[in-house]
Amino acid sequence: MSGVRVLVGTHKGAFVCEADGKREKWTVSGPHFGGWEIYHMKGSPADPNRIYASQTSGWFGQVVQRSDDGGKTWFQPGVKAGEETPAWPPKPSNRFSYDTSEETGKPLTTHQWYDGTQHPWEFKRVWHFEPAPNNPDVVYAGVEDAALFKSTDGGESWHELPGLRGHGTGSQWTPGAGGMGLHTIMVDPRNPDRIYIAISAAGAFRTDDGGKTWKPINKGLRSNYMPDQDAEIGHCVHHMTMHPSRPDVLFMQKHWDVLRSDNAGEQWTEVSGNLPTDFGFCIDVHAHEPETLYVVPIKSDSLHYPIDGALKVFRSRSGGNEWEPLTKGLPQQNCYVNVLRDAMAVDTLEDCGVYFGTTGGQVYVSPNGGDTWQPIAENLPAVLSVEVQTL
Amino acid sequence: MESQGTAAVRVCLPFHLRNLAQVGPEVTVEAARPVSVRSALDAVEARYPMLRGTIRDYDTGKRRAFLRFFACGEDFSLEPMETELPQAVAEGKEPLLVVGAIAGGAV
Repeated sequence: MSGVRVLVGTHKGAFVCEADGKREKWTVSGPHFGGWEIYHMKGSPADPNRIYASQTSGWFGQVVQRSDDGGKTWFQPGVKAGEETPAWPPKPSNRFSYDTSEETGKPLTTHQWYDGTQHPWEFKRVWHFEPAPNNPDVVYAGVEDAALFKSTDGGESWHELPGLRGHGTGSQWTPGAGGMGLHTIMVDPRNPDRIYIAISAAGAFRTDDGGKTWKPINKGLRSNYMPDQDAEIGHCVHHMTMHPSRPDVLFMQKHWDVLRSDNAGEQWTEVSGNLPTDFGFCIDVHAHEPETLYVVPIKSDSLHYPIDGALKVFRSRSGGNEWEPLTKGLPQQNCYVNVLRDAMAVDTLEDCGVYFGTTGGQVYVSPNGGDTWQPIAENLPAVLSVEVQTL
Repeated sequence: MESQGTAAVRVCLPFHLRNLAQVGPEVTVEAARPVSVRSALDAVEARYPMLRGTIRDYDTGKRRAFLRFFACGEDFSLEPMETELPQAVAEGKEPLLVVGAIAGGAV
């Protein structure tokens, strides 16, 4: 392990930042796909040169991009640009068609709309790519309107895992203000048939059979914006994370509330503790300390910026409840940015690095587990996602 | 090469689609006669498959909401896609324009 590569998706393109293990001097390349929204980029744990990127646009829709050389060059899987004689038929790498077949679980065709009526499922974009732990050609995609897709050919084609939408509560799912996106995908590193996902604003779900059947895992979540605060679904889960050594222990940043589960999501317990506000979007866990967590508290759901214009990461070394502010190197006045749900990540170097990006275009790194922070880049477009590869 | 059943049609693409296909501002494709928006886009997508889904919805084939189709000073965006385009387009004298809607200031 000699360095890190930080994959930054922004409102106007992708950036790839690299440094050696000291994480002091950075090179920033980009923008790749300038002018496009890059919702997410993530590298394969099995092959760090393999990276998937979600390139989207209100004008032109969804494009899947792939790099096989660590982000230096990119192509659409199966349809490399510039080829004189493109393969025919072209690979449907940008096609995300909801499964409506009778044979695979009779998936739903409508969900609840803002006015209470049923509304057709409409594909809008990929929010999150999750490459499988052991095979670079296997990758999951979480999409809006909420569904889980899988590719087994390196992104050249996609098929839905329809048991999620069809498991029983799908018709009650309702979009949040940001859309009905499936934004979190976690594959159990011990058991690839166990997958956790989260949807705004439906909640968290788990499969134990590779995606055939699913169950809501929202017991213990309370959401006071709902008539039934303890409802089975409808909770606006913002993000979830786990430590790979303990995949049954989950941590969650909900719309309001930070929570943990010690039994694979069967029951959740609030661990907001002494946080100054428990509204926020991102959450992550230290690479070597499974009880050390990081969140960025945001003032409220109506005011998506830090309290008093001071950007603070909060760290808990006790798995929640007891939190300390981390401020060294971060702006402590006149800072009114947000940190979005997929915009925090950690590396696995001996001294764990913590990274996050802001809607103000800053990307920060702490090479010492959060004690001090320094900018990697300060004037990028609004950051939508940050992922880190330890090389 | 133009044949009896096809016409060499010029198509102007918006900036981001040129970049995706790695082409200049205008491409020439062999579109089936009678030349229409549909036959022209079928030919564009056949030659540049990386553009599939970016102009028309992948499944429904409908025009994406923020794109328009112009030719010879006329707007064909709301016409049926199989509507025959003016002879000047089929003769290669005028291009089919694929234009992105203006959306100033929002993002």
